[in-house]
Amino acid sequence: MQFGIFSVSDVTQDPTTGRTSTEGERIKAMVRIALKAEEVGLDVFATGEHHNPPFVASSPTTMLGYIAAQTERLQLSTSTTLITTNDPVKIAEDFAMLQHLADGRADVMMGRGNTGPVYPWFGYDIREGVNLALEHYNLLHRLWREDVVDWQGKFRTPLQGFTSTPRPLDDVPPFVWHGSIRTPEIAEQAAFYGDGFFHNNIFWPATHTRKLISLYRRRYEHYGHGKADQAIVGLGGQVFMRKNSQDAVKEFRPYFDNAPVYGGGPSLEEFTRETPLTVGSPQEVIDRTLGFREMFGDYQRQLFLMDHAGLPLKTVLEQLDILGEEVVPVLRREFAAKKPAHVPDAPTHASRVAAKKAAGEQEEQE
Amino acid sequence: MSTRRIVAVSAGMSTPSSTRLLTDRLTQATEKALSERGEQVQTRVVELRELAHDVMNAMTTRVPTGELGGVLEDLGAADGLIAVTPVFNASYSGLFKSFFDIVEPEDLDGMPLIAGATGGTPRHSLVLEHALRPMFSYTRSVVVPTGVYAASEDWGSGESGGRELGERIDRAARQLAMLATERAPRGADPFEEPTPFADLMSGLGR
Repeated sequence: MQFGIFSVSDVTQDPTTGRTSTEGERIKAMVRIALKAEEVGLDVFATGEHHNPPFVASSPTTMLGYIAAQTERLQLSTSTTLITTNDPVKIAEDFAMLQHLADGRADVMMGRGNTGPVYPWFGYDIREGVNLALEHYNLLHRLWREDVVDWQGKFRTPLQGFTSTPRPLDDVPPFVWHGSIRTPEIAEQAAFYGDGFFHNNIFWPATHTRKLISLYRRRYEHYGHGKADQAIVGLGGQVFMRKNSQDAVKEFRPYFDNAPVYGGGPSLEEFTRETPLTVGSPQEVIDRTLGFREMFGDYQRQLFLMDHAGLPLKTVLEQLDILGEEVVPVLRREFAAKKPAHVPDAPTHASRVAAKKAAGEQEEQE
Repeated sequence: MSTRRIVAVSAGMSTPSSTRLLTDRLTQATEKALSERGEQVQTRVVELRELAHDVMNAMTTRVPTGELGGVLEDLGAADGLIAVTPVFNASYSGLFKSFFDIVEPEDLDGMPLIAGATGGTPRHSLVLEHALRPMFSYTRSVVVPTGVYAASEDWGSGESGGRELGERIDRAARQLAMLATERAPRGADPFEEPTPFADLMSGLGR
């Protein structure tokens, strides 16, 4: 099982000091956080993609390439890449380039985004959001698997004899996750291709999340990629920890109360009760995270949101120390002990190269 | 004989409130009208005041805290709805609107309902036609022809009072009972029966 962090890249005022980072400081802080993730033994760093303030992450592969050069083991991913408004040709090129530079440590999570005006800013219609995701991804999927592509569709200018370069590393495309919180069509899409499905459940009651994940699992089996419990599932999480639970609550409350996403809404207590947000001791985070497995089945990737709401870099780095030293080692052990042998790990470049080789050998024998 | 589920939503603020009083009268009349049609009835009356904070939580974060999740589930499964609001500033109350803003649109699609309102004077009675009916047309709900507005004087023997209010309540209830009995089965649950991928891609490049 992979453990990591994902960032929304928000530039938010620290409500306890009144200080707001510059964009430059925030970008460098994200890089520092990614490097720290590797230092403390996490597996994945994922960045969001936004095209409006107060977010800085508009160019994920640039940032991930820079991080790739300074890390050795960390898997570099997104949360999410806008398959709707980006040109699928450019996604194919950018992530194949990243894959080469990072020696295969790159994957990508597709999403539709949550900011309406991004569609018109990039020349699209939000009412076509699902269709854009379907058509664009279908083209991307082909560009990574067919050397020469002839293509004509509804949204993008046609391609004749087009070759996307560089070709994927070892002819194995980056693994793809599809992220969605409420759209059955996206779960169906992920299942059809046998790709991963990520539910960013941090704002959702478990019943909603479970509906979508079980749909994905059922359809994954329907399309012949394996049993439902072998489908590749990722989940979000949101934590703030201190040794003593009360200290965590006291320190985090001003950030919660003032955060753009939930400030002025529910109390911290209500929100921790109804959503995966956990503010407390490392043990509470361990218990809560193990509870995800009970609700959604064995899963392959757990990403935590740690750097947001104006939390200072120093605090985020302390949080990563706690996560890496006290939480993840226990979770690794517990999840591994509970996982049945037939449930796969999260795909990596190495495992996908091996699977391709095995499939090739089998074909030769037949 | 089947069980018909009715949800009644009252946006009254005081206790006791005339909005709740009208809601109860409409609920009882609807239960009676359904029984006369040979239906079993199960009703849930929702006081929005008790959910006010949860409604705001859902507005700000989309997380339905507390009892709100269960209420929304019952609403989605209902065969008929009774929706009653006090008139504030010449329209429905903000809480009433906020509640219906967070209901999933597909849960109100085709929902038979009685629109009711209360106010201090009869002068606001057209609020049913200029505020409630358009909102529920937008949600594609089926609003019964008889709307029920109760002014303070209707609870006594005022000009338009007593008997006439009772008659309107019964008429609206009979109309709701008829539609709730005939409530068409909902479309397939997309989480249970998703559109197959091949159909999703039809008409798109591939």
